[in-house]
Amino acid sequence: MILNIITYICIGIGCLFNLLAAIGLHRFHDPYMRMHASTKCTTFGGIFLIGAVVLQSARIWVSEGSASAQSIMIIHSVIALIVAMLTSGTSSHAIAQAAHRSGVKPARAVVDDLEEDVRNKEKQ
Amino acid sequence: MFLWVTVFLLVCIILTIIRILLGPTAADRLVGTDMLSNLVVFAMVMIGFAFNEVIYIDVAIVYALLSFVTTLFVAKYIGGGKF
Repeated sequence: MILNIITYICIGIGCLFNLLAAIGLHRFHDPYMRMHASTKCTTFGGIFLIGAVVLQSARIWVSEGSASAQSIMIIHSVIALIVAMLTSGTSSHAIAQAAHRSGVKPARAVVDDLEEDVRNKEKQ
Repeated sequence: MFLWVTVFLLVCIILTIIRILLGPTAADRLVGTDMLSNLVVFAMVMIGFAFNEVIYIDVAIVYALLSFVTTLFVAKYIGGGKF
């Protein structure tokens, strides 16, 4: 009973953050700010969504006994979450560097360290 | 219950596709594609639990890895330079 309530709360948080990521993709007006919305919120929401799956699978696993196939589902869901977390951060890093090289500069930026690095390399 | 989460994720996916179609620069479209692949992975895990099929979650893992490689290649293409 209390496990179901925790699952509903996890699903609510996950859905809310995924919706916030989708809205932030439309509200912001720069590739870097859009990346800030999409990468962080999607990863955080996905942790809670897959956490809900793991909780429900564990509940079914305990009720059915140790011969159930739900343990495979728990392990594979956690592997999918780890892969999604690793690839999300890494690919956003690559996209940021590519966007800066392709000529899209951050709007109203005060400090641009990558620009200074490129300029210093050209001087040497 | 988990099928309704999938429907909700589909709404987010449609919003993301609108951004991919509207995006002014190539980097915007690439950010949208990256988020789209993440949302599809989570939706696949939800469907896999709702139908009690482990094979869908395996497909989600492989999809995440392949979309990561695709994003890296397109980012390298946009940024220019040598491979």
